[in-house]
Parts: sequence; C-alpha cells; structure tokens
Amino acid sequence: MSETAALRPPLTHLSEEEELFRAAVYEFADTVVRPRVMDMEAAGKIDTAITAQCFDMGLMGIEIPEAFGGAGGSLFMTTLAVEAISQVDASAAIQVDVQNTLVNYPVYAYGTEAQRATWLPKLTGGTIGAYALSEPGSGSDAFALATRAERVDGGWSLTGSKAWITNGGEAEIFVVFANVAPEKGYKGITAFIVTRDTPGFTVGKKEDKLGIRASSTTSLHFEQCFVPDDQVLGEVGVGYRIAIDTLNGGRIGIGAQMIGIAQGALDASVAYLRERKQFGKPLAEFQGIQFQVAQAYTELEAARLLVYNTARLRDAGHDIVREGAMAKLYASQMCARVTSLCVELFGGYGYTKEYPVEKFYRDAKIGTIYEGTSNMQLQTIAKSVLLGK
Amino acid sequence: MTLLPLTDLQREIQRTARDFAQRDVAPLAAELDREAHFDHALVTRLAELGFLGMLIPEQWDGLGLDATSYLLALEEIAVADASAAVLMSVHNSLPTQMLLHYGSDEQRERFLKPMARGEMLGAFALSEPDAGSDAAGLRTQAVRDGDDWLLTGTKAWVSHGTHADVILCMARTDTTDARSGAKGISTFILTPDLPGFSVGKKEDKMGLRSSPTVQLNLDNCRVPADRLLGAEGHGFTYALASLDHGRLGIAAQAIGIARAALEAAAKYATERKQFNQPIASFQAIQFKLADMATQLTAARTLLHAAAAAKERGERITRFSSMAKLFATETAMWVTTEAVQIHGGYGYVTDYPVERHFRDAKVTEIYEGTSEIQRIVIARDLLAAVSRGDIDGHLTD
Ligand SMILES: Cc1cc2nc3c(=O)[nH]c(=O)nc-3n(C[C@H](O)[C@H](O)[C@H](O)COP(=O)(O)OP(=O)(O)OC[C@H]3O[C@@H](n4cnc5c(N)ncnc54)[C@H](O)[C@@H]3O)c2cc1C
Ligand SMILES: Cc1cc2nc3c(=O)[nH]c(=O)nc-3n(C[C@H](O)[C@H](O)[C@H](O)COP(=O)(O)OP(=O)(O)OC[C@H]3O[C@@H](n4cnc5c(N)ncnc54)[C@H](O)[C@@H]3O)c2cc1C
Repeated sequence: MSETAALRPPLTHLSEEEELFRAAVYEFADTVVRPRVMDMEAAGKIDTAITAQCFDMGLMGIEIPEAFGGAGGSLFMTTLAVEAISQVDASAAIQVDVQNTLVNYPVYAYGTEAQRATWLPKLTGGTIGAYALSEPGSGSDAFALATRAERVDGGWSLTGSKAWITNGGEAEIFVVFANVAPEKGYKGITAFIVTRDTPGFTVGKKEDKLGIRASSTTSLHFEQCFVPDDQVLGEVGVGYRIAIDTLNGGRIGIGAQMIGIAQGALDASVAYLRERKQFGKPLAEFQGIQFQVAQAYTELEAARLLVYNTARLRDAGHDIVREGAMAKLYASQMCARVTSLCVELFGGYGYTKEYPVEKFYRDAKIGTIYEGTSNMQLQTIAKSVLLGK
Repeated sequence: MTLLPLTDLQREIQRTARDFAQRDVAPLAAELDREAHFDHALVTRLAELGFLGMLIPEQWDGLGLDATSYLLALEEIAVADASAAVLMSVHNSLPTQMLLHYGSDEQRERFLKPMARGEMLGAFALSEPDAGSDAAGLRTQAVRDGDDWLLTGTKAWVSHGTHADVILCMARTDTTDARSGAKGISTFILTPDLPGFSVGKKEDKMGLRSSPTVQLNLDNCRVPADRLLGAEGHGFTYALASLDHGRLGIAAQAIGIARAALEAAAKYATERKQFNQPIASFQAIQFKLADMATQLTAARTLLHAAAAAKERGERITRFSSMAKLFATETAMWVTTEAVQIHGGYGYVTDYPVERHFRDAKVTEIYEGTSEIQRIVIARDLLAAVSRGDIDGHLTD
C-alpha cells in the first residue's frame, strides 16, 4: 500500500468503530423501527418507545462529549446514523438529525460552560429539542424574521410566531431566533434557549403533510415570553452567524437522510424486480429496467461520496459552505429522482400503501425544501464560485 | 390564447367544461381526496352535460363529438380533479368505445345507449394481480356451460369498479391444454348482478384517492352467451385498440393535472414575497415557469395532433403512446416543480399542489407504464424501418 493510501482511507471505507456503530443503528432501525413505520405514519407520531431507545443508544448526543452525557463521536457518525435510520423511516431519522445537528450543535458550540452543563445533559438524556428559525413570512429570506426580543429587566421578552418547526410537538427545549434590534437588520438577530413551559410560549397547530408524516411540524407562538439573560445563546446580535453555521452542518444531515431514503427505496425495488415476473421472466432481466437501476445506483453513490466527504471535511475543521450546499442539493435531487423511479418500477403496486416505495417517494420530496430550498443551495454555490463569497 | 386551431364548437365545449369543472368539481376535490370518497353525484352531473357519451354518435344517444372536443373537456375536468377525470376517461375511451366498435346492435341498444346517457357507468377490467404490463398473460378463465359462460378469476385495479354498472372484462376462452396466448382472450360484458360476481379488495393509494380502485372476484360467475363482445378470441385486440384511444385520455388527464399545478405555481409566485419582492421576480423562478409552460404546451400540441390524426382515420398507435409518455412525464415534472415553487407550503395539504403531485404519478403507470409506451413506440418505429418506410416518415 502506498503511503497516501495508508494515510487517506477511501471515503466509504469505515473504521471498525464506525462500522460497528453503523451496523448497530441499522439493526435498530431494521428490527425496532421497521415494524412500526406504517402505524407511526398513520398516527402522525413517532412512537415514544423509539425515541427513548434513540436516547438509550446515545443517538441523541452523538457528537457531544461524554462529560455532558454524549457519545463523544463525530459529525460523520451522525451522518451514518441518519442514513441508516432513513433507510427505514425518514421521520424517525429527522428527529435524531435535528437533535444532533440543529440543537445540540449550537448549544455546545456557542454555549457558555454553564449553559453546556445545564442543557446538554438534558438534551442527551431524554429531552427533545427543536430549532426555530423560519416564520410564515420568512423562509428562504430567513433573516427577515419578525419575531421580536425586547429588553426587559433581567432578560428578554419575545413576541412573534415561528413556522414549520420540526419536533415542535414533542420538544421541551427550543433554540429560537429573534431580533433584538430590527433597525440593525440581520445584525439584531439573537439566539435564545426557550423551554416549552415558559409563560407566553405556546405550540400551535401541527401541519398535515405530503410526507415525513410521523415527524411533527408545528408553529410556535410567543406572547411577551420572558427569557432570562442566561438563556441567550452566544452573544446578542450574532444569532445570524449561529444560524448559518448550524445549518451548514445540518445540511450534511439532510444529505444523509436523502441517501438513506434512496438506498431504502432501491433495496426494496431490487428485491421486487427479482421476484416479479412479466412476459415470463423476472423484471430484473429487462435491459430497460436494468439500466435505469444502474443509473440510480450510480447517482446514489455519487451523492454518498459528496455527503461523506463533506462530513469528513467538517470533522477535520474545514469550511464547508460550498461543499455542504452541493451535497444537500445533489443528494435531495437524486433522491427525488430515484424514489420516483422506484414507484414506477413497482407498477400499480408502487402506487399503493402496501409497498414501501410510495412513502419513500413522498418523504423524499422534503429534501429539496427544508434547511434551504434547492434554489438557496444554488445561490450559495453560485456566490462562492462566481463572486468569491 | 391557444396554439390549437379550434372550431367555435370546440371552444364552446371547452368553455362549458371549464365553467362546470371550476364551479361544481374543483371546490369538492380536496375534501374528496382527504376522505377517499367517491362522489356519485358527479356521475349524474357529468351525465347531464352529456360528458359520458361525448364520442358516441347521436344514433346511440351520445353527443357525437370529435376526439378533440372530448380531450379538451377532459383536460378541464382534470384541472379540477384528477379522480373525476379518470372516471370520465375510462368510461368514454374504453367500455363505450368497445361496445360502439365491436358490440352487436342489441348490445348497443341495451348497454351503450344508457351508458352514453350516463345512466350506466362503465368500467374496464383487463389487468390482473399477476398480469399488468403483460396483460396477455391474464388467467381469468371462461368455460362454456350450456348457453352460458362461467368465469373464474381475479381482476385487479378496476377503476370505479365499486360503482360500475357495466364492466368490459377480458378473460381466456382457450383451454388449459391448448393455450393460444393473446388469441385465447375474449371480452365479456359483465354487470354486477351476475351470480358469482363480487367486488373485492379496495386499494389504499398515494393519490387519485377519490377514484376507488378495486379487485373484482369472479367465482364461477355465470355470464349469458349474448354477453360475449364481438368474436371469440378477439378480446385482446379489442382491448389494445381501445387503449390507443384511452392513452389519449390519460394524456389529457396528465395535461390537466400539470396545468392546474402550473396555474397554482404561477399565481403563488406572484403573491409570495421573499427578499422584499415577489419570488416571480427571480430568474430562477421565471425560467422554471417558462420550462413548465413550454413542456406543457408541447405535450398538449402533440396530444391534439394525435387526436386530429385519429379523426382523419389514421392509425395512431405510435402517436398515442408518444402523447401519453410525454404528457405524463411532463405532468410529473411540472407538479414536482410546482411543489418546489411553493417551498414549505407545497409540502402541506393546505395548498392544492400537494394533491397534484400525488395524482400525477399514476398517469405514468396505468394504461401502460412509461416503459410499455417506449416498447410500443420502438416496435412501431422499427417495423417501419424494416418495411423500408423511413425517409421522413419516422417522425410523422
Ligand atoms: C416539513 C418541514 C420541516 C421544517 N422544519 C424546520 C425547522 O425545524 N426549523 C425551521 O426553522 N424551519 C423548518 N422548516 C422550514 C423550511 O426551512 C422552509 O420551508 C424553507 O426554508 C423554505 O422557506 P418557505 O417555505 O418560506 O419558502 P419560500 O422562501 O417562500 O420559497 C418559495 C420558493 O421561492 C424560491 N425562492 C425564494 N427566494 C429566492 C431567490 N432569492 N431566488 C430564487 N428563488 C427563490 C424558493 O427556492 C422556493 O422555490 C421546515 C419546513 C418543512 C416543510
Ligand atoms: C389507480 C390505478 C387504476 C387502474 N385502473 C385500471 C383499470 O380501470 N382497468 C385495468 O384493467 N387496469 C387498471 N390499472 C392497472 C394498470 O394498467 C397496471 O397497473 C399497469 O398496466 C402496470 O401493471 P403492473 O401494475 O402489474 O406492473 P408490472 O407490469 O408488474 O410492471 C412493473 C414494472 O416493470 C416494468 N416492465 C414490465 N414489463 C416490462 C418490459 N417488458 N420491459 C421493461 N420494463 C417492463 C413496468 O414498466 C414497471 O415499471 C390501474 C392501475 C392503477 C394504479
């Protein structure tokens, strides 16, 4: 083996620790989550026993140091976990993903030692978190948010509404972005840690969605909701940076969710194509089928390489603004194409709830929307490539 | 504005259909979808307009219209509700056409007339659980019993099979020891009152939810001899010939779904503001809308060119498959982009594009999947090549 090869293992070559971890998560997804997927989908709710087991297995604090109850792992391991669960259920996966990439991360990265000690043991030990940036009027233009934080004695008073908050139904701890000085524009944006039981804070209606139906998506309402000073995350006025940095990592998680969904749909399809016969032979023997599946696997592998490389880059401390956007853009577009193909491969059966592909297809569509739509990823990439930003 | 050279009558039918669809069909669509409920009143209302006998000559109580008029009306219904459109498409393109072309005068009198008046709803039963793309591999068996036939087997995926009064059903009339493939298939006119006929499992589907899709169970179903359509052994040919027509209908349905999605997306783009401006002011949105409209117009033009060729009495197998393939893939793409233009709002049931996205997918599957359309087109093309019929003729 050349020296370079020894130093730089191939991207998809997992270390023994990574492989053991991935296999354990997949085993959990396959045996514990899989049997409950359709019930959770119908109920529009993630089984609390599954959430509890995610905590027990350390999946809700993968990158958090052991001192705070976490597993002391890497973003790459989060990627592996989200991918493995998504192969079975994208809703269960997004609960884990949001906890790790959008809640634990900013609390750990921007929290004071006291905040870490207060919140992280909760977040790794059984309390679900959520990330609240979007509002009804500000999605892509997230920094035009209208939720206001006014200075009051000993803290801040929040007033406004958030929209589309994943885990909103179950979360107890929310990272909320509000503006302390609208006249300063995005430089007034500040991150707050808000608990569900705070007076003036209510969780609103749950959205009725095309896919990831077991994952709760809710609005949040703040009416002169008092948040003490020690629950300001990072400094006042740097919330926009926290939001961006957090989403940069988050997009890798979404990329992982997308490669997981595509893998799950293709696995189901390959098994079906070998079984199902028309014109006297298995569908897998028709060239028109074979080449479409070959193309899909190739695109999946390309997406996986983008996602894995970006995760490894971030773990190594590199800036990943451009790479993260590319990974999320491509993985989500690939996943929409691949799952659409998988429905087609099942013929009429693919259109029914008896087979898993119609759900994979509906779930997949979220990937091009949340944590920045495809256009927003293109904008980030274009700025970086053309404008040197 | 339209690229199509429409006559005044065609325009008037289009307008009538649009008014009706927007007034009576569209307001119910979201709820019927949510409840997966078949609205029987729809059949009555379509019947009142004559929309269940559009292609049937007046002699048989239909409106005697041309394919173009029918497809324009169907598109309007599909804009409002894809489930309503599949009912109209199946009834008009499949069972009634089969009776018109291959039925005896007695059969036309007894079944076609009330179907054309919309008093009887027609369905089409070709597919089986194990015979979809390979429909000629169907196994439902008909055996002679005195003057009757006894049919046994399971038909699958029968659109509105729950509410059909007349079902044109393909079954084998060859015998187990002398199988003759597609030539062993005959068509029977079934009615739900026949002994041994029952409606089976209803599918729980991703979309098209207010169109019930069911299995039909035939258990020694006793069918009188006068219910055989046309000649014994010709059933598969009849079915395929009607599918040439049916595919035009599905193309029109797909175009309607796509148009609804495009209209919703274009409207939304002018209303939704981000970065202090309507998202329609961004080139990325404009170019997307431009591509959606271009594809849709191309699909529509292809469809109506095929319909016109059919009116001239030409064989349109290839073009009907092309129209179906292109229109349905366009519908998938356009509805996907329409969801995308709505951002998070496209992912929830409060906006109609979520339903259009789910509905569009089935158009690529039924009446022949996209793969099957490509097989049909390639076969026709290659046959032309081997006839030496190439110069300039492969594309027209
Ligand atoms: C299921 C779900 C879960 C979610 N979870 C969370 C969460 O946990 N926390 C959270 O904060 N948010 C969450 N979101 C919100 C999500 O991030 C937003 O929906 C997303 O950012 C898009 O915003 P929007 O829906 O307002 O769409 P808009 O921003 O209104 O976009 C509409 C369309 O316009 C395009 N567009 C906008 N601006 C431009 C431009 N400048 N140039 C070109 N095109 C443009 C977009 O690409 C899109 O196609 C979630 C959303 C969903 C649906
Ligand atoms: C909502 C709905 C309504 C329907 N309504 C009716 C109805 O009213 N009447 C009726 O008779 N049927 C109806 N159908 C059935 C429909 O026509 C069939 O589902 C369709 O023909 C596909 O058959 P299949 O589902 O068995 O898929 P399969 O034939 O099993 O196909 C599976 C996959 O293999 C591909 N494939 C198959 N053969 C080949 C080949 N030779 N080369 C390359 N690829 C191939 C297909 O394209 C597809 O991608 C309906 C179906 C649905 C979903």
